Amino acid sequence: MEPFQNVKSIITPLDKVNVDTDQIIPKQFLKLVQKSGFGKFLFFNWRYDENENIKSDFILNDSKYVGSKILVAGDNFGCGSSREHAVWALDDYGFSVIISSSFADIFFSNCFKNGILPISLESKTVEKLLKETNVIEVDLENQIIKTPSEDILFEINSHKKKILLEGLDDIAQTFQYKDKISEFEEKSTVPSVL
Amino acid sequence: MGQTLFEKIWESHIVVEKQNEPALIYIDRHLVHEVTSPQAFDGLRMNDRKVRRPDLTIATMDHNVPTSDRSLPILDQTSAIQIKTLENNCKDFGIKLFDINSPNQGIVHVIGPQLGITLPGSTIVCGDSHTSTHGAFGALALGIGTSEVEHVLASQTLWLEKPKTFEVRVEGKRKNPHAVTAKDIILSIIKNIGTAGGTGTVIEYRGEGITDLSMDQRMTICNMSIEGGARAGLIAPDQKTFEYLRGREYTPKNYESLVDSWKDILKTDSDATFDKQFILDINDISPQVSWGTNPGMTCDVDEPIPSPDKFSNGDANQKRGAEKALEYMALESGTMIEDIKIDRVFIGSCTNARLEDLIEASKIVKGQKVASSVNAMVVPGSQMVKKQAEEMGLDKIFIDANFEWREAGCSMCLGMNPDILSPGERCASTSNRNFEGRQGNGGRTHLVSPVMAAAAAINGHFVDVRKLDLN
Repeated sequence: MEPFQNVKSIITPLDKVNVDTDQIIPKQFLKLVQKSGFGKFLFFNWRYDENENIKSDFILNDSKYVGSKILVAGDNFGCGSSREHAVWALDDYGFSVIISSSFADIFFSNCFKNGILPISLESKTVEKLLKETNVIEVDLENQIIKTPSEDILFEINSHKKKILLEGLDDIAQTFQYKDKISEFEEKSTVPSVL
Repeated sequence: MGQTLFEKIWESHIVVEKQNEPALIYIDRHLVHEVTSPQAFDGLRMNDRKVRRPDLTIATMDHNVPTSDRSLPILDQTSAIQIKTLENNCKDFGIKLFDINSPNQGIVHVIGPQLGITLPGSTIVCGDSHTSTHGAFGALALGIGTSEVEHVLASQTLWLEKPKTFEVRVEGKRKNPHAVTAKDIILSIIKNIGTAGGTGTVIEYRGEGITDLSMDQRMTICNMSIEGGARAGLIAPDQKTFEYLRGREYTPKNYESLVDSWKDILKTDSDATFDKQFILDINDISPQVSWGTNPGMTCDVDEPIPSPDKFSNGDANQKRGAEKALEYMALESGTMIEDIKIDRVFIGSCTNARLEDLIEASKIVKGQKVASSVNAMVVPGSQMVKKQAEEMGLDKIFIDANFEWREAGCSMCLGMNPDILSPGERCASTSNRNFEGRQGNGGRTHLVSPVMAAAAAINGHFVDVRKLDLN
């Protein structure tokens, strides 16, 4: 995973609550066996009509937002299915920061495995950001979102912050504890399946 | 101070613990399916890693598989590749696979308990959000993403932040337990706590309304914990739990001594406290029908669809969400639920495709015909459920009524296989999610219990099953 860099970009405001992962990446695209190339399917049913024509009223189809790296959305973003394809699609499309008033747990966890920063802010701050049209900067190291009018501080678990900033490989980290895992297995009373 | 059941399971699975950091938790059972695993196996290959404990890992194919004639080749080439990929991965990494022709094939959350793989007090993960189903056995069962699937394959552990505890106490007795089912209890809970009400928590379902339930019904409850936003949901094991798992194909040989060790420990201590609590009285609850595009948008069968104002309780975002949902569902507030006509009926999914679900639905269907305007199907949760149902003659009841009787799989719950709604079609579904397009682009899903779905199939519109003779 690449280390997370500060992000400077305009915001794509997705003014919806309860955006579920079925909307972020519809099921017909889950049949692929690789991780790459999901960006073109992001929000597919909102971006395209039944004949795959572009729906002009959907925010991602507004040329103003091309190249935006920051998505801001309403409460409970990423709810529903555990499909990590949702994060792969957001990442491949070009988003590296998602801001919402709350995230579903599995989606939130999946973000950190793919170098995406989910930021949870108070509802009224999210409302304000949904209207922000200027370029803003997200500084993870200092936990600040800089807008032309103010600096917004955000919280992040120090362990998760480190993972993003250093681009750490989770499994390699865990392998440092192989002895502990073996010790646990020796005393475990849960039998094998087979 | 005493501990909750969740805290006991958590504590007994800690491998590494540090202050203010996630804990490394040992995983006892890893269930794998074709959709969320290919990239995980690729990751292992790229880094020259192996599966640490193939003996704690099992796989099956459920999401993608056709539910029509299994002797025919799979026509959708991308599905066929994904299924073949799982076969190859299981072979390469030494994992036990119940493939498309196995008598044990089925939805992963149906076969785990049926085979005795799910055990009380254990930690279970699967790359699927409905893993919470296994919590019905007093296991800590978590849905995970593909990166975490890879992590568990490689290390048999996961880094997890300790969730908060949430007691959902279900009190009282249903007047007509054949008409008001476990599905109606869990939909009522979600309607009340909201789709994010359980975020960051593990729910423990407790009380008379829960202990009264059979294991099949408890699985329906725990299955939809994720629809309330919870990390997991669980129920303390009791005699029903121990009896259910006794003598199954993969039940451990030392099962009786395990039961002895579980009996006194696997319950919440009387002096334990929860971080959060919700109480539902089920004495007077009605069958539930969802009207919107998330499972919290649900009302009683004898109620009109609420107005966005009433639903949102003053929250502008929720109000907008409800307006959008009604537009998508082509419904108006004030419409009585029983006046909603349907085009399709789906009885299936990891929520409601177990033997008891099919038995209950068959009582309504017996001797009747599906309304001429309706296309209805039954998709048993596993090949084993299908076989048991056929031994009881349930297949004939459904087929005689013009239901389609299918092979096991996830099917139209998420429509990854050919079983999908056409745009604009309205479906009474026993599944778990009524999201936009979930069952097919433009499709409209109403979540209901198996008996409500069966009655809707016969009548062509929703009916209050309390009016029917179900005993």
